[in-house]
Amino acid sequence: MTIDGTSLRTAEMEPDDLLEPGQARSPVPPPARFQASAPSAAPEAAAVKPGLSVRLEALRAFYGEAEQVKGIDLDFHANEVTAIIGPSGCGKSTMVRCINRMHEEIPGARAEGRVLLDDLDVYDSSVDVVAVRRAIGMVFQKPNPFPTMSIFDNVASGLRLSARRRGDLHPQVEAALRSAGLWDEVKDRLQEPGAGLSGGQQQRLCIARSLAVDPEVILMDEPCSALDPIATLKIEELIDELKKSVTIVIVTHNMQQAARVADRTAFMLDGKLVEVGPTQEIFTTPSDPRTEEYVTGKFG
Amino acid sequence: MSTPGSEAQRLARFNVSPARRRKDKIARATILAGTVLALIPLVLIVYYLLHKGLGAWSWSFFTTDPTGQSFFKNQSIGGIKSAILGTIEIVALASVIAIPIGIGVAIWLVEYGRASWFANTVRFFVDVLTGVPSIVFGLFIYIVLIVGTGSTYAGYKGSLALSLLMLPVVIRSAEVILLLIPGALRESALALGAPRWKVIFSIVLPTALPGMVTGVLLAIARAAGETAPLLFTAAATHETTFDLGKFMNSLPVQIYNDVTSPTTAVVNRAWGAALALVVMILLLNLIARLVSRRSRLA
Repeated sequence: MTIDGTSLRTAEMEPDDLLEPGQARSPVPPPARFQASAPSAAPEAAAVKPGLSVRLEALRAFYGEAEQVKGIDLDFHANEVTAIIGPSGCGKSTMVRCINRMHEEIPGARAEGRVLLDDLDVYDSSVDVVAVRRAIGMVFQKPNPFPTMSIFDNVASGLRLSARRRGDLHPQVEAALRSAGLWDEVKDRLQEPGAGLSGGQQQRLCIARSLAVDPEVILMDEPCSALDPIATLKIEELIDELKKSVTIVIVTHNMQQAARVADRTAFMLDGKLVEVGPTQEIFTTPSDPRTEEYVTGKFG
Repeated sequence: MSTPGSEAQRLARFNVSPARRRKDKIARATILAGTVLALIPLVLIVYYLLHKGLGAWSWSFFTTDPTGQSFFKNQSIGGIKSAILGTIEIVALASVIAIPIGIGVAIWLVEYGRASWFANTVRFFVDVLTGVPSIVFGLFIYIVLIVGTGSTYAGYKGSLALSLLMLPVVIRSAEVILLLIPGALRESALALGAPRWKVIFSIVLPTALPGMVTGVLLAIARAAGETAPLLFTAAATHETTFDLGKFMNSLPVQIYNDVTSPTTAVVNRAWGAALALVVMILLLNLIARLVSRRSRLA
């Protein structure tokens, strides 16, 4: 499947949307795929729809004058899990944040090069950043449910905030919570505050929240680093399940985690891509000596 | 290495020396004395207010306007009804003006202006505004709206002076609260594909609300107690009025006028009015405290 260009490209003016200076004019109406995808009858079998591939071309990212990502070409295959490993400060997170254009939210930060979602350049001036972020969800290091909202509202927030969905969102919320493996634990207390859950549950709530808007790609920036081993295991099982319907990019410090969940692994060092390949290969027969030193624990 | 010697000798270095004990006692006594010293004027003020003010309180004290008569002993001097209602009206209008503008400025500073030179300039002038004596705001309104237009005192002019006074307090307190909202919260909402203004209205403001209410109530309390901005903007009068275009009485101004009167009964009314004002502000502070206790920033 190729993405229908109109869903991300700007189509018609919607006067109730204030725009950032520099942001592309006129956001798009909620794309059809966001409206038709509500699995109502049998939510446990979430509608299987393929993810999209992501390709980075000569991607560079800056904080002010400091270059943090120094020209990366990298493919993320559709419906695969790609792990990004590398020592602290090597630019993993920055690179990932460029994919859904969150990098530019930091004052003084900018990116160069191209990020292709299927065949659409997300940095193209005709592309609406808001639509990009709907298509490319993100899960952060620390679980961060919205503190004023209930469990239900947290999951519904994406639909309400970005896709402008009103009315009964129960089917979508249930589907997202089921996909995130959280439904059975919270179905009797949907109206309780999301912040009252355990850390692992909060992180799965955040995953459900990003799944609810039905993205094609999910970026995970060290999603388990604040979690205990059991909660981590649950998230990893979830990742395995989720890749049927989305493309997953996961930044991790934990090499065992990369080995457990990733189909492919990319090793970064000092803002550059050293090596990328099937996970098995990266961990057993890397072609670059630096990769071997890192995965065997000689530095990093 | 182990030196011969009893267990007690080995442990002696852990004992508190007498000199240290003395120093500790002196330091504690000094701090306690300072605290007591600071409390003395506070207790005296509250004591005098209750002692003198409660005597003036009665049902009619709150339900009648001041008559302005005090020359003859048997004349009724009246109560403070117009002053209480005037204060409420003037402060309410001042709040309606200052709170939306103040919160708007704070939102702009935190969410849009950030560290730009213009935002820093605004912050600088807000700080300057915080330090401006309240009488200057009164003078400003007096010169612009009364001398400048050749008109006379009015309740709304007092409100404008008070709103100028409240504005920096509201901006600064709201800005501090908005800065406390974790950036991760904004980021996760932005990453969901929410436009920035929706992130602000649906995520940031609801999270910041309890803290903002506290700051706003404190600003209101501060404005309610001000005399100087009202003296030559709203003036003093006797009758209760609900027309903000007319002269309007207020508690601080009535206290100011009454306390200089040669008649004991009128001075006593000032005490009663002062107690009423303190109770009103105390209530606002209590509400602010209750609200902030409920706030839970994640």
